Amino acid sequence: MFNNFFHRMASPKHFYGLAGKLIPWLAVPCLLLTLAGLYYGLVKAPPDYQQGDSYRIMFIHVPAAWMSMFIYVVMAGAGAIGLIWRIKLAEVVAISSAPIGASFTFLALVTGSIWGKPMWGTWWVWDARLTSELILLFLYLGVIALHSAIDDKRTAARAVAILALVGVINIPIIHYSVEWWNTLHQGPTVTKFDKPSIHMSMLIPLLLMAVAFKLYYAFVVLMRARCEVLERECNSGWVQELAVKE
Amino acid sequence: MQEFFHMGGYAFYVWTSYGIALVVLLANIIAPLRQRRKVLDGIARAAKRRARRNS
Repeated sequence: MFNNFFHRMASPKHFYGLAGKLIPWLAVPCLLLTLAGLYYGLVKAPPDYQQGDSYRIMFIHVPAAWMSMFIYVVMAGAGAIGLIWRIKLAEVVAISSAPIGASFTFLALVTGSIWGKPMWGTWWVWDARLTSELILLFLYLGVIALHSAIDDKRTAARAVAILALVGVINIPIIHYSVEWWNTLHQGPTVTKFDKPSIHMSMLIPLLLMAVAFKLYYAFVVLMRARCEVLERECNSGWVQELAVKE
Repeated sequence: MQEFFHMGGYAFYVWTSYGIALVVLLANIIAPLRQRRKVLDGIARAAKRRARRNS
């Protein structure tokens, strides 16, 4: 019975319907949290005593950078599950995550660059944190390119999973880069074991945006996964019916 | 209000960052919506072709 339950849950048709129902329940809270985060971040939080108002870029930059790593781990994890247990849905989640992860990596790099110009006096430096984040972007783009280069979806999923898993080595490098090497990039202020060295008025919008970005990823990956399922199942009866109906 | 948009002199940097984020995040929502339409239309067209051939 237990097995049967999982089988049904992972069936493409069931997933398509369930995901469709879930999306608004994730998208609406995401929008509300974003609005709250923007209000507290742009209006309520005071200017920084050193950086003035420029630090407000942080409310995009830091959550985007967190997401760039989080999504990569999810993608590699889903890829591994697809590789080991041959679960199609895991393959779908893995490849659907790649463009979203690439987008967040791009945002982290670009907003970091825009923040770096007034604060460091340069758009870019080849230091460990920035370079390893750039490599992350190339890994995402590699995953997308590899997937589109192979026609057979199952073979493509396997190749992509292996590439994603090899690239996981980059994640701890990004995280610890500011401790292992001397860099222009500042150290962590939130994700450390003792008390975060950031004031509540700035921490609250940061966390609001972080949760909003998590929800954003959740509903966008479901939207993308639904498309991927339709493409893969284009010959099955329920997709045919759906296509004719809509 | 003026002060809010001025961002203590960092208006260009702050608003460019938020603007790019908005564009990228919206594009990621629009892309799968259009993709879904495209896939379903393609399947429907193929089904119609098949139906015509069989009749």
